[in-house]
Amino acid sequence: MPDPIDIAILNRRTFVAAGAAAAAFLPYLARAEDAGANALAPSQKFEDDFARIAGAVTPIEGKVTVDLPETAENGNFVPITIAVESPMTDADYVRAIHILSTENPHAHVATFYLSPVNAVARVQTRMRLAKTQNVVVLAEQSNGEMLILTTLVKVTIGGCGI
Amino acid sequence: MTANPRIKLPDAAKAGEVIEIKTLITHVMETGNRHDKNGKPIPRDIINSFVVKFEGQQVFRATFGPGISANPYVAFHMRVPGPGVFEFAWTDDHGVTTVATALLKVA
Repeated sequence: MPDPIDIAILNRRTFVAAGAAAAAFLPYLARAEDAGANALAPSQKFEDDFARIAGAVTPIEGKVTVDLPETAENGNFVPITIAVESPMTDADYVRAIHILSTENPHAHVATFYLSPVNAVARVQTRMRLAKTQNVVVLAEQSNGEMLILTTLVKVTIGGCGI
Repeated sequence: MTANPRIKLPDAAKAGEVIEIKTLITHVMETGNRHDKNGKPIPRDIINSFVVKFEGQQVFRATFGPGISANPYVAFHMRVPGPGVFEFAWTDDHGVTTVATALLKVA
């Protein structure tokens, strides 16, 4: 039997960590709202995945371009193109690109791992969106920096049973 | 069922050129959140990993969640050192890997 006091401490730590992550993400969301979006509260799963990927790093905006439709008529097939401005040299390259959704039942959509051999930090795929929400792209640089861009996508017909 | 992998490479590239590689595979990408008409949950069945090698060296890797659309499509770039063989491997939740190869010709 684990000591109940230990459990209490662990839960409190997890809670505090999640709270810190939520607070860390708020400015980016607020920015998206300023751009005319409605207030969309991210899911707990999003908060957890965001905290797991970003870790102790505070993501900064810039260098990331995300091409998503403003309105997705079919949430089952939403094309997304992500490009990160990077020399892609051994000294300075994009290590990973993560796609997160704030309102899907599974927040973590995909991660793409890159290296200097790719020469261009640009990937394209198709994703599901259950409803109108923010798509958050995190790009992990070789120096440990994390870049972020949040894009609001309005969804007409949600991705069925995502 | 994983089926029909499709790879698109340029017909011919120059050594040192950056090319775009487009990939598509037929797969239902069942999320695990849906129910059949009797209300029974449909188990999750997705491709969760995609790995690309060129001449045996890994050049690209991706992990997918249920948020990737059915028939996963991925495009990425690479600087090609010369002619060679690409190997693409998609692995599903059952641990089954589907492999496709493509030959890059260099002019």
